[in-house]
Amino acid sequence: MSESLVQARGLTKKFGDFTAVDAVDFDIQPGEAFGFLGPNGAGKTSTMKMITTVSPITEGKMTVFGLDPASQGREIRSRLGVVPQEDNLDLELTVAENLYIYGRYHDMKKPEIMPRIDELLEFAQLTERRESRVEPLSGGMKRRLTIARALINDPDLIILDEPTTGLDPQARHLLWDRLYRLKREGATLVITTHYMDEAEQLCDRLVVMDQGKIVAEGSPRDLITRYATKEVVELRFGEEVKDQAVLQMAGLAERSEVLADRVLLYTEDSEQTQDGLNQKGIHPEQVLVRRSTLEDVFLRLTGRGLID
Amino acid sequence: MSVQAPSRITPIGTMTPFRAQRIWEKNYIAYRRLWKVVFSGFFEPVFYLLAVGVGTGSLVGNIELGDGSVLSYASWIAPALMAASAMNGSVIETTFNIFFKLQFGKVYEGILTTPMKPMDIAIGEIGWALLRGVLYSTAFIGVMFAFGMTESPWALMAIPAATLIGFAFGAVGLAATTWMKSWQDFDLVTLATIPLFLFSGTFFPIDVYPPILQTAVKISPLYHGAELLRGFTLGAIDWTMLGHAAFLVVMGLVGSAIAARRLDGMLRK
Ligand SMILES: Nc1ncnc2c1ncn2[C@@H]1O[C@H](COP(=O)(O)OP(=O)(O)O)[C@@H](O)[C@H]1O
Ligand SMILES: [Mg+2]
Repeated sequence: MSESLVQARGLTKKFGDFTAVDAVDFDIQPGEAFGFLGPNGAGKTSTMKMITTVSPITEGKMTVFGLDPASQGREIRSRLGVVPQEDNLDLELTVAENLYIYGRYHDMKKPEIMPRIDELLEFAQLTERRESRVEPLSGGMKRRLTIARALINDPDLIILDEPTTGLDPQARHLLWDRLYRLKREGATLVITTHYMDEAEQLCDRLVVMDQGKIVAEGSPRDLITRYATKEVVELRFGEEVKDQAVLQMAGLAERSEVLADRVLLYTEDSEQTQDGLNQKGIHPEQVLVRRSTLEDVFLRLTGRGLID
Repeated sequence: MSVQAPSRITPIGTMTPFRAQRIWEKNYIAYRRLWKVVFSGFFEPVFYLLAVGVGTGSLVGNIELGDGSVLSYASWIAPALMAASAMNGSVIETTFNIFFKLQFGKVYEGILTTPMKPMDIAIGEIGWALLRGVLYSTAFIGVMFAFGMTESPWALMAIPAATLIGFAFGAVGLAATTWMKSWQDFDLVTLATIPLFLFSGTFFPIDVYPPILQTAVKISPLYHGAELLRGFTLGAIDWTMLGHAAFLVVMGLVGSAIAARRLDGMLRK
């Protein structure tokens, strides 16, 4: 088999009649940050749970570290660091004790664990909260502690399910900063997210997931080049003139998307598109020119936005 | 400082096969701060013993057993109180406490992303309930001895016997918890344990009941537990005790098997 840390072929998860993950293929290579981008319900968490061997595979094949999740779950998990979507810190224990006991679950000995706790608290910027209970920590701190906990066994693969969902922007940036650092040190990361900026910033390569299926794969740049144009002109109109304006716009851009609140024109040259609007006498209430993002890729592929 | 340690910490192949003790370690760390809770588990049966055994006992006077031997009421109910306390301790641990961890903490889901398995958790939590039980039983036997309520060295055997009671009830409690949906369901737990506590030959010999009720009481696991302990603390050893013990062993094994299966299904979807 290949060198992939995780290799999935036709990987499927069903809950009764419902197919949450529908025959997906992917390969995760050592040293990369691999993303699963998709809206709520896309099947990201279900996929993570199969990789972490806590959820049995319904159909298809997968190997993790070349091992079989069904029969070698324990070996696989001993080399994983898992940050679940919902924090599951032990509220009966302190910050340091949460790290300690995970070291124990991984069969580490106390003299190995103690220096590691110091390092990880430093890394998670929680040194001052060492003896604190978990309950009063902020959302960002809990998340960082969960990440630190996932690193206790020096994992070969770190799985982060929506690492920054629910955090305020400042806490998010602090967390991203920590993840960059892991990346720089050569860690292999698997990140799921429904934030396109998170995927763009953190992931070397990603798959776009929707309704259990992988609809595209590539680096963020690749995907944008392939499925979107260089720039997007976003227009807002008054309700009465919108339909009329949309009809007149034909030919001004490579492609257009008409959303409830705005019209998006995908173009390689925004100046030219704006000139075209002027010439046709179309005067939107508001014009915004921006570069294309993964959000546009997702819209193109599925006809819907990432966040509903 | 680097977060990438230089070498593998858990090389594959050297992992401990048995890890239920990790759960004990976790609980030990948590309970170090909860010593008051731990103590209340000891005092409750002792208070009962003093209030009902010694207090009510002074009104009741001595009890005459079938074989004609006579003993104080307190000596007679003490082993039953010990059995009830083993039941309560382990039922509370495996229902209330574990329900909380399952529903709100999601702690176990996290644990299962490490090399730990559902079986480790099931054995670990039932075992922990037992470990606490052993502590309480030992202390209780100490109190009985101090009050002169133990009749023979066989009384020491009441400690493993109480542990068996804890195992039987803990396993069934854990299995029951896997069906619980809300805190209201715990009224059912109380509804089950209170009559067991009152009517299992705890406070009076069951031959005061009509034969039909006597048969009903014999289905009560606490009856078997109380009779088993009574045999040991009174030093009245006979073969029926094997039957009582077997009842509890089977109950514990069936409960554990169901609990481990149900937990697996709940946690590994
Ligand atoms: N245990 C379960 N039982 C039934 N349906 C489930 C279960 N877990 C997830 N699902 C369903 O599977 C779909 C995918 O869920 P999930 O993998 O959590 O998506 P995501 O993480 O991308 O938001 C959702 O429609 C969800 O309701
Ligand atoms: Mg999810």
